[in-house]
Amino acid sequence: MQTHARKLLVVICEAALEKMLIEDARRLGAAGYTIADVRGSGRGGTREGAWEADRSIEMKVICEAAVAERFAAHVMATYCEHYSVTMYLDDVSVLRPEKF
Amino acid sequence: MDPVVLFFLLGVFAKLARSDLRLPEALYETLSIFLLLAIGLKGGIELAKVPLGSVAVQAFAVLAMGFLLPLPAFAILRGLGRLSRPDAASIAAHYGSVSVVTFAVATTFLSKREVAYETHMPLFVALLETPAIVTGILLARMGTLASVRWRAVAHEVLLGKTLVLLLGGLAIGAAVGPDGIEPIKPMFIDLFKGVLALFLLEMGLVAGGRVADLRRAGVFLIGFGVVVPLIFACIGAIVARLVGLSDGGTALLATMAASASYIAAPTAMRIAVPEANPALSIGVALGVTFPFNITLGIPLYLRLAEALRF
Repeated sequence: MQTHARKLLVVICEAALEKMLIEDARRLGAAGYTIADVRGSGRGGTREGAWEADRSIEMKVICEAAVAERFAAHVMATYCEHYSVTMYLDDVSVLRPEKF
Repeated sequence: MDPVVLFFLLGVFAKLARSDLRLPEALYETLSIFLLLAIGLKGGIELAKVPLGSVAVQAFAVLAMGFLLPLPAFAILRGLGRLSRPDAASIAAHYGSVSVVTFAVATTFLSKREVAYETHMPLFVALLETPAIVTGILLARMGTLASVRWRAVAHEVLLGKTLVLLLGGLAIGAAVGPDGIEPIKPMFIDLFKGVLALFLLEMGLVAGGRVADLRRAGVFLIGFGVVVPLIFACIGAIVARLVGLSDGGTALLATMAASASYIAAPTAMRIAVPEANPALSIGVALGVTFPFNITLGIPLYLRLAEALRF
């Protein structure tokens, strides 16, 4: 089976950023995204998702390496200073390259 | 003590004792939608009967109070608390805005004591939500107003679920009137107290989880969380009497002024003033002021209203 190399960018952050991240992802060239509600703990404290201001999301974007880098750099510069953000990149293989 | 308050205390106890009790998030969401709609509907039913002129004057006074309340809070936080400008502005916005659940607990408190109040009071809850957030952002961003994401903030606040459901409920209630509400009354009016009790159990769990934040907030902010609601309650009561509200209405407006937002304000301030530390504002609003208001504050505000008649 022929596969194609893409990047998976995962951003775990406060739910307050959701709308802005979606706008940013679209603007910087991502074709799509998947978002899930999550909870967890880190250096910034514990977020249990118990009510509105306590919610966290995990955003997954599969895209070309250049788009992933642009998006990641934008998130670093814009949000990382004042918001709780965890972010990582991974190499993934996709079957239908035109989707990403 | 009112059973709904005991539910709250049970929630706090469960959280502090590390019980595995946890309400599913979908239930929290459902309960809060129910409460907002029910409060709106109840307020709307009689709205059509109230003379428009008197409501307009009251509404204007309440709006003005909403815009101005953050100013003394900000001055105290900056002057006495030596907090940074963003933190002081953010906390001031939380305290100028309103907590719908505190209002709901106050209405059940008044009903139990058979103290009458103007049925259109929920309209003022809706009006008080936003102005303080605007003032808070202005206080934080003086000089750099262009940097504020006004569009995102406006969308978050004006189309947030609180305003949509409160105002939507008011409009539906006003449109159908007392007779039209009959078919849905068993659900939205009769079940109200039970749902509020369940919601307060969840609020107890949430407030109990804020105790760790309080250690970081320090003694000043904890004192602020008790003293400022008392001062604001006096301001609310005076405004209420000036626009001719009854004892019950005065107690409710005092409660609204004394309460601190923990839904609309945190979300809006997080977007508009990201450098403010949310643990401080939410810690003191939920960990100190909310429990204080629903246990000791509301009975005090009724006494205040009864003492302040001119």
